[in-house]
Amino acid sequence: MVVDVKTRETSEVETEQLATGCEAIAEAIRLADVDVMAAYPIRPYDGVMQAAAKLIANGKMDVEYIVADGEHSQFEIVKHACAVGSRVFVGSSGVGWFYAFEAIAVTAGLRLPVVAICGNRALDDPGAFGTEHNDSLAVRDLGWLLPWAETAQEALDLALMAWRVGEDRRVSLPVAIGLDGAFLTHSQHIVKIPTQAAVQRFLPKFDLGDRLLHPDNPITIAPQVDQDWLMEIRRQNDHAMRQALGVIREAHADFKTIFGRGGDSPFLDEFMTEDAEVVVIGQGTLSLPMKVAIRRLRKEGHKVGLVRLKWFRPFPTEEVVRSLGRFKAIGVVDRDYSFGSPFYGGVLYNEIRSALYSQASRPAIVGFIAGLGGREIEQPMATEIFEKTEAAARTGLPAGDVCHWIGVRE
Amino acid sequence: MAIDTALPQIKGVKDVPYEELFVSGHRTCQGCESALVMRHMVKASGPRTIVLGSTGCMYVANTTYYTTPWVVPWMHTQLGASGSAALGTAAGLKVLMRKGKLKNEKINVIAFCGDGGGADMGLGAISATLTHKEYDCLVLLYDNESYANTDIQLSSMTPYGAVTTFSPSGEKKRLMHTRWKKNVPGMLAAGHPESRYIAAGCAAYAVDLMNKIRRALELGGPTFVHTLDPCPKGWDYHPQYSQELGHLAVECGIWPLYEVVDGVCNLTGPTRQIAEGRKKRKPVIEYLRRQGRFAHFVDEDVEHFQAEVDKMWTDWLIPGVIPFTVPAKDQALLKIDRKPLHEQTKSA
Ligand SMILES: Cc1ncc(C[n+]2csc(CCOP(=O)(O)OP(=O)(O)O)c2C)c(N)n1
Ligand code: SF4
Ligand SMILES: [Mg+2]
Repeated sequence: MVVDVKTRETSEVETEQLATGCEAIAEAIRLADVDVMAAYPIRPYDGVMQAAAKLIANGKMDVEYIVADGEHSQFEIVKHACAVGSRVFVGSSGVGWFYAFEAIAVTAGLRLPVVAICGNRALDDPGAFGTEHNDSLAVRDLGWLLPWAETAQEALDLALMAWRVGEDRRVSLPVAIGLDGAFLTHSQHIVKIPTQAAVQRFLPKFDLGDRLLHPDNPITIAPQVDQDWLMEIRRQNDHAMRQALGVIREAHADFKTIFGRGGDSPFLDEFMTEDAEVVVIGQGTLSLPMKVAIRRLRKEGHKVGLVRLKWFRPFPTEEVVRSLGRFKAIGVVDRDYSFGSPFYGGVLYNEIRSALYSQASRPAIVGFIAGLGGREIEQPMATEIFEKTEAAARTGLPAGDVCHWIGVRE
Repeated sequence: MAIDTALPQIKGVKDVPYEELFVSGHRTCQGCESALVMRHMVKASGPRTIVLGSTGCMYVANTTYYTTPWVVPWMHTQLGASGSAALGTAAGLKVLMRKGKLKNEKINVIAFCGDGGGADMGLGAISATLTHKEYDCLVLLYDNESYANTDIQLSSMTPYGAVTTFSPSGEKKRLMHTRWKKNVPGMLAAGHPESRYIAAGCAAYAVDLMNKIRRALELGGPTFVHTLDPCPKGWDYHPQYSQELGHLAVECGIWPLYEVVDGVCNLTGPTRQIAEGRKKRKPVIEYLRRQGRFAHFVDEDVEHFQAEVDKMWTDWLIPGVIPFTVPAKDQALLKIDRKPLHEQTKSA
């Protein structure tokens, strides 16, 4: 529920409300005039569906709200609604996300700009509700755009960006916004809620054009192409993903003009990096404990900072290389695992290493697996992460690359 | 120009529309009755139709890139997603028309699936769709009694004892598959009281089938039509006998034709004649012996098959439709004068 404790006009373009990450997304659904959404219960993402249901029940928005019989149906329903021209919203978490996997995979292949949230959650068994990024990351190769939000404000803003970028003809790809379970889905923040008029200036109407499935446009979608054409079609997806970088930059610039938010870079959020020698990079709400640690460590004379990655797909290689190339050592914190991967590192660790491989001067990179299953990253853990990264800065590239599990009972 | 979207009942073969909306370009086997169902389906629904098709022969053999046979807009859906495809498409059209984002007009939505896609994998989604009474869409299950496209594997719709690539007849086991076929239209009719139309048809009775499609689309809400489709490859017979096998399935009482309209069941075609005693059911052996998939049957297998089919006509509450009844001592229950609650209170 959006609590109206502080509803007041802050400018002609917005009001302020106290809202959780989920409630902020529900507001974005209303503002974007979504046509069809499909719900199925699983924690923690379903807070969005609960918040949206209230908005509908209270006459605040007009959306076909379909309670599906499972996540596979959920994602299939919106996929097909999208093909006839509806703006759509869907979401899931953890094992629910995996139950929908077939539909998730084909949505990208069909180039349908479905917007979803993944309320990041551990893949139980064994039972766990807490945040872990492996659900979102499982789709990283399939053609979904994957931004991660840090705050409820950013969740709302990214959702509006998601429809704008995903529906752009140059992209036409689905988007799944990562929201750390509990830490963001269910924690309240002050959120600036834009006015409908301002959103309309930012977000054009959805138009599938000649790809609309309609009797006036009798096309056949997804025929059997086999080896004759599949490679060319995959190549088009690749092209769309490349185009997405520029479209995100454009959308980010427009967003800043209209709403005055979004930071300098659409892709990276840097904290105390100007004179930093050592930085940590990660996604989502990881930044919160890290910022606390950085302030503390700086008082003790450590030149440390944080780079938060906002878009994992498309991976902003250029920006990442330019930013990270400045530092002596980088600690990559993964809230995920990739068992048996190179150096037994997390997914982000190996992507960052890969991005920096061809650079003339390469910082030392240390991998950290932390905060799995929603475990809090406490200050001693944050300190340990920085200490180990600083040590790598002193000794240069370690002989054997290393990944550390942080805060784990051995 | 106003487009005529009314779908009146077809009075006879001469009344069937000439317009073909499923044309050449497909690569289905000779004698494929499922392909004929596709043709009849869109002939009946007309050009203002969107068709969604699940994975299976009617996708893979039908939509080679550049040679689509579909004149109407067509989109693939996943094997178990016909119900969701119908629902999502219908919901999308409805909301876009309500919000004025799309011209308000009648557009038929039909999602088809095979027996594998509809009776096994996608049954849950079809069931869910049949409860969403605010959306107009038809799910058509074309039942060729196997996972045909993947090389004829048994599904829950494969008849008792039939040979498939997952149920070969061997030296040790004559019958690998001994489950009785699910009663899908009966189950869906019994379980979805708000679906206004659920029917069982067969392309061998083409006008009857087209009228069932039309009635489903005219009544609206989520509806369901199930067809039994002889498949020369899977059933192992010469393609020229497809229509004959369709007739035999009905005449032997194995595949009853009926429709459930707003909760009222009408038997149709020869099924009605059999039920009324105007036509004698043929023995199942006439059907079984025409197909290679039953070639390994010995007398006892045929007897079992016959006995099970007999039960459909002797024991079931509605022959071929509702597979249970009340005990013999309670037969009177079926005839009592039943009143709604408010009338009972008045008279009490
Ligand atoms: C999720 C999934 N599992 C398996 C398959 C493989 N597959 C493709 S077509 C098919 C057969 C489907 O059988 P049915 O629905 O009866 O249609 P038919 O081929 O008989 O026309 C199967 C199993 C698939 N496409 N998707
Ligand atoms: S295998 Fe059967 S269903 Fe498939 S195309 Fe051939 S006849 Fe038709
Ligand atoms: Mg089949």
